[in-house]
Amino acid sequence: MSIEQNISKAIENIDTKSVMLEIKDLRKSFGDNHVLNGFNLKLYEGENLVIMGKSGSGKSVMIKCLVGLLQADSGSIKIMDQEINTLNQKDLNILRTEIGFLFQGSALYDSMTVRENLEFPLRRHKTRFKDASNMNELVTEALESVGLLHTIDLMPAELSGGMKRRIALARTLILKPKIILYDEPTSGLDPITSKEIIALMRSIQKQYKTSSLIITHDVDCARVVSERIILLVDGVNYVEGTYSELSTSTDAQVKAFFK
Amino acid sequence: MSGSNGFKSFFIEIGELALFANRFFKEVFSRPFEGKELLRQCYSIGNRSILLVAVTGFIIGLVITLQTRPTLEGFGAESWMPSMVSLSIIREIGPVIIALTFAGRIASGIGAELGSMRVTEQIDAMEVSGTNPFKFLVVTRIVAATLMLPLLVLLGDAIALFGSYIIENVKGEVSFVLYFNKVFKVLEFSDLIPATIKTFFFGFAIALVGCFKGYNCEKGTVGVGAAANSAVVFSSMLLFVIDFVAVFVTDIFFEL
Repeated sequence: MSIEQNISKAIENIDTKSVMLEIKDLRKSFGDNHVLNGFNLKLYEGENLVIMGKSGSGKSVMIKCLVGLLQADSGSIKIMDQEINTLNQKDLNILRTEIGFLFQGSALYDSMTVRENLEFPLRRHKTRFKDASNMNELVTEALESVGLLHTIDLMPAELSGGMKRRIALARTLILKPKIILYDEPTSGLDPITSKEIIALMRSIQKQYKTSSLIITHDVDCARVVSERIILLVDGVNYVEGTYSELSTSTDAQVKAFFK
Repeated sequence: MSGSNGFKSFFIEIGELALFANRFFKEVFSRPFEGKELLRQCYSIGNRSILLVAVTGFIIGLVITLQTRPTLEGFGAESWMPSMVSLSIIREIGPVIIALTFAGRIASGIGAELGSMRVTEQIDAMEVSGTNPFKFLVVTRIVAATLMLPLLVLLGDAIALFGSYIIENVKGEVSFVLYFNKVFKVLEFSDLIPATIKTFFFGFAIALVGCFKGYNCEKGTVGVGAAANSAVVFSSMLLFVIDFVAVFVTDIFFEL
């Protein structure tokens, strides 16, 4: 069975108990620096799961291992029933179309307009989006969903930090992914823009019925968007629970985050 | 101790550059081909270098003729000027000096552009969207530079000869027809072909080093500056090495 058929079958079988993404005993080191030391995670259909942890705890390394930007030393990563460590490059690229990734710094292509930024992933997957007029509709729809249709012909350099983050979110949505990975979605933004991004993340989840994995330091963000939180300490799961459970915890390490 | 470390890291870098080149040769012939991006890069690398190459070529022609004329006059050999200037420009000075100016513009430009894309995670974003960034960014730039530099050198050579003619016309009252008759009488394909072939290698080396430095850029914005700077230094040095090998090989086949 081809990867497309496997993914289609996995999508057909999705229900509220379906595991969209599963990590088992993930380990990653850089020389003597052991960043991930047996991390485990399950992300369910339609769930917003927040990963918190201090800088250097392995959050960004973990999320990069998920999409194949980094190769884990050992452990298993299953996305929609596909073990990513066993996929070849072509199949991994097909699977990646089901995963949206919002980078910390937005990562918009500087040399392209907003429209070209959004068209770029569509052109890469021509078999799914053959029709040019369809492409225009998809770009318009994605920009409308983040409220920035008027920026369609602007260059990224002409946008504010918050606008860049929203355009980047529109770019991740354009392929209609089943899972969205957010890497510090509110970092570097003022409190008002942060709240706008958080509200946008919630509305996107309702509109597109995505499952989201959110890496953040922002307790406000975790409070508003999370259904479950995992605290990552020294590359392993330290504690897991809802916001209200963790925010009332008496454990010193947990309290340090939620005070 | 630090000297031996520097020596070691130099050879490690050469090895990594060789692996990078190997990846280029693997990916350049495999589908999908990025034709549109290749044309865009040809325009960006080729068309936008025309003015620089034209000015450089013109000044080379003027300066060589002005500097050489007094010496030839001393021997009463001014009539040799078109032959001498054309041979030196076509065989060596044109390709090397134009390639060096091209390296200054293209290697640093590519190094800074890809370096900045690397540190701002644009290359990662491309990869996550299911695109092969090496093929889209690196292969297209190297192929474009390899194809464009020979054309630019031919243009630069022609303009350099025209610059030389202007000085000859002003100082020695040599007509356009007479000057270029003498040029074409002495020039042979064995002068033009090896010189043109080596410019393909120059273009390849310049873009390869620029892409290598930029694509593997680290350490934030400082790394971007370092990538652009070392791309120019490394590619310029590599040009002279390639030039030496090219002249050596040409001597074997054409007996210079």
